Amino acid sequence: MSSSQQPPLSPQPAAEQQLPKEHYLNATYGIRSWLLTTDHKRIAILYLISVTFFFFVGGIFASLIRIHLLTPSGYLVTPETYNKLFTMHGVAMIFFFLIPSIPAVLGNFLIPIMIGAKDLAFPKINLLSWYIYLVGGALVLYSFATGGLDTGWTFYTPLSSIYSNSAVTPAVIGIFINGFSSILTGLNFIITVHTMRAPGMTWFRLPLFVWAHYATSLIFILGTPVIAITLLLAGLERMFHLGFFNPAYGGDPILFQHLFWFYSHPAVYIMILPAMGVISEIIPTFARKPIFGYDFIAASSIGIAVIGFIVWAHHMFLTGQSTYSALAFSFLTFLVAVPSAVKVFNWTSTLYKGSISFDTPMLYGLGFIGLFTIGGLTGLFLACLGLDIHLHDTYFVIAHFHYIMVGGAIMGYLGGIHFWWPKITGRLYPEYLARIAAITLFVGFNLTFFPQFILGYLGMPRRYHNYPPEYQVLNVMSTAGASILALGYLLPMIYLAWSMRYGKVAGKNPWPSTGLEWTTDSPPLTENFRETPVVGWEPYDFLHRPELGLLGAVSKKPVPAHGDD
Amino acid sequence: MHRTGELYGQFQTLEQQKESATLGMWVFLITEILFFGGLFLAYTVNRHAFPTAFGVGGNMLDLNLGFFNTIVLIASSFTMAMSVWSAQTSRRKAVPAWLIATLLLGSAFLGIKVVEYKQKFDHHLIPGHNFDVTYCSRNQVACGLGDKEFADEQKEIREGIEAEKAPRMSEEEATVALNAHAQLYFSLYFGMTGLHALHMVIGAGLLLWLIFEGFKGRFDANYNTPVENIGLYWHFVDIVWIFLFPLLYLINRHLA
Amino acid sequence: MSEHQEHIVSPKIYLTILIVLLIGTGATVYAAKIDLGRWNIVLALTIAVTKMTLVILFFMHGKYSARRTKLIIASGFFWLAIMLVLTLADYTTRHAEPSRSQLAPVRKLEPQPGAPLSA
Repeated sequence: MSSSQQPPLSPQPAAEQQLPKEHYLNATYGIRSWLLTTDHKRIAILYLISVTFFFFVGGIFASLIRIHLLTPSGYLVTPETYNKLFTMHGVAMIFFFLIPSIPAVLGNFLIPIMIGAKDLAFPKINLLSWYIYLVGGALVLYSFATGGLDTGWTFYTPLSSIYSNSAVTPAVIGIFINGFSSILTGLNFIITVHTMRAPGMTWFRLPLFVWAHYATSLIFILGTPVIAITLLLAGLERMFHLGFFNPAYGGDPILFQHLFWFYSHPAVYIMILPAMGVISEIIPTFARKPIFGYDFIAASSIGIAVIGFIVWAHHMFLTGQSTYSALAFSFLTFLVAVPSAVKVFNWTSTLYKGSISFDTPMLYGLGFIGLFTIGGLTGLFLACLGLDIHLHDTYFVIAHFHYIMVGGAIMGYLGGIHFWWPKITGRLYPEYLARIAAITLFVGFNLTFFPQFILGYLGMPRRYHNYPPEYQVLNVMSTAGASILALGYLLPMIYLAWSMRYGKVAGKNPWPSTGLEWTTDSPPLTENFRETPVVGWEPYDFLHRPELGLLGAVSKKPVPAHGDD
Repeated sequence: MHRTGELYGQFQTLEQQKESATLGMWVFLITEILFFGGLFLAYTVNRHAFPTAFGVGGNMLDLNLGFFNTIVLIASSFTMAMSVWSAQTSRRKAVPAWLIATLLLGSAFLGIKVVEYKQKFDHHLIPGHNFDVTYCSRNQVACGLGDKEFADEQKEIREGIEAEKAPRMSEEEATVALNAHAQLYFSLYFGMTGLHALHMVIGAGLLLWLIFEGFKGRFDANYNTPVENIGLYWHFVDIVWIFLFPLLYLINRHLA
Repeated sequence: MSEHQEHIVSPKIYLTILIVLLIGTGATVYAAKIDLGRWNIVLALTIAVTKMTLVILFFMHGKYSARRTKLIIASGFFWLAIMLVLTLADYTTRHAEPSRSQLAPVRKLEPQPGAPLSA
């Protein structure tokens, strides 16, 4: 009964807690047991290591960019090299860090446990996904090492297909291959959610994290094949001088852009939807309240995925596309903001009258809500045709998408890593140091990117290696912010690694939170559950789950599943 | 190593396993629709821009071979469906028989494609430095054309050049333009049929595996998921060709 | 939830569909040789879509599949349609000059006595 337990407001595991005797990390030993694993949790760890590596690669390029931009006629690198820096920063970060990060690490680890299954539907394909990712990544690294890329991560033709002297071909092949990793992960998630749910786990009892990943997987499935064929065409054009995108043959560079953005716009929703899923788990936990408007958040995830496919040409407003087309895409772009706003309202309403604590995941979660809102609103500026004429290809755009991708997606990723760290490793990270790191990151982030809104508004173009001297102060602020931001990233890497050996043992449900994953051991068994759970409760039911150790919860009879799957 | 037909560890029931496999194949086919779809978009945009050049290019394809290939592939879809039926009704011996028929028909298709590709090579229609859409209108013997065919070819090229003429453009420049736009057509031709052929080769490999398993008597009413799912894949490849044939081979045939 | 429907389609149906498909192929070739102007492509694609529908419904058992499967098939085509329609919406509404070869000669500026140099 709940009266005998004193559910903590902050994680305070019992002094005598021990790690479970048997769990997925010690079930088998040796490098082969890791490299040939089909356990979704181990594959998640493999992805964690690889995406972190690519994060460093992208981060090094970002640092070089910011250092170079300290002075108006930057002396650090030549203009040609500068082009390579921003290109490689974008390619490494987008394709090899942001897109896989939450789905392949947290999604892989948690989705089967959250739905009460032993693994994903296709575990071997899951492992294959990781290897495909490595092959793609290796090719791209090879490209970086043998001449780099200077086309921008957008690979616009005919620069990429004809004129560039950089190592475009291995890079597009690498990204093409990496696309299949995404497709297979998305396929795996969709099938898993459809067919592997435990008894009683109906669609509307699923955690919103799962809904978010389902929506993301729809985008993986429907969008990634198009970038695959597009890059393949660009690569073939480059290798065999074909002419699809070459005006001298009657080809059309704008055709490339349509094909490219058909994927790459939904790709940004791939990057943000999973983070939104993480936030939907964190906010109710640290407000100790059921989430407000579950149905709307679930529906808005699907809405974002669908509407996100019909807005792509807002990246092409200045290409000479038809005015009518531009009008349509502008209108649709305004429309896509609506489901995102629905989520922000619902998260905020969840906080209202909640019992809020500021643990590290909550700090990341609150930071996400604020920064994503700013990023999203500035997207509306860009959706407006008249404004976009002035803001396109300026630092305003850069600030806009970094607010969403860093202030949003990466904070969601880090929040999720911290939130589920006890589950993944069985240990707690040092809470106070973690809060300091989160605040450092938040401050550093805003100092880096807010000046860029102003720079863009004042007219500083993006992808330029130099700038007029009057922009220097803002650029210096931005670089200063970047160094603080870097510290904010390094600190978690250090203390998280430290905690794996020396952190306090966490126990099953340290926060505590609802959700099936918190009923398993920390770390979980290889097969997740000793026996298949039967779900008899609604999600985020903080009021009626005393067995989880929730303050003030009262017992309630489990309700059998209602409705169909 | 699991034998085919056993329950894999992550599933609770065989039914769940079958459901997952079939759903997985359908979702994979959706990705293939979008994959080929990009090429179809490129085709549509370019044909919209250069209708005459596309007609000239299309008429250089051998209609008889294309027609024959379409028949062959549709027949192979039939034999594949029959193989699935045999498995569903536990006609164990018939399963590999129908699969072999499918494989033979598919191989015939690929063989004809090789013949066609070789022909293109001989006629200087492979995109690249040697590409010359006017080659056959100037080399009757090398292209193996009869007198009427040769005259038709010349007429077609002449009309194509006329259509390309912008104001104050010389004959030479218009010819270069026709060549450039016809090369776009042939790039798409090779890209689309090549990607399709690659899918067929993969399909052939899958069929071979199915045939081996079929000979062991593995497939019956209780267990026939691989036959069904590889069948879905094969039918999809057939559907792609159902569109490629009219789009590539039947552009301006009434003019030929 | 059980989606498993072992509805076995009879060979008679398969044979019928095969014959219809072959007739359709013949029809599309025959129609291609008649000059119908811009309706040629419409007719050819209509026949192709019909053939595809028959393959999906009968050879691929689409007609006998669960609602979920039908939804998945429909979504694939719907997304393809989005890509084609919205991209073509740009190209077909540009009202630009008819596309000519990019190799049109550059106009030379010949100075006329007394006239300005501008083209």
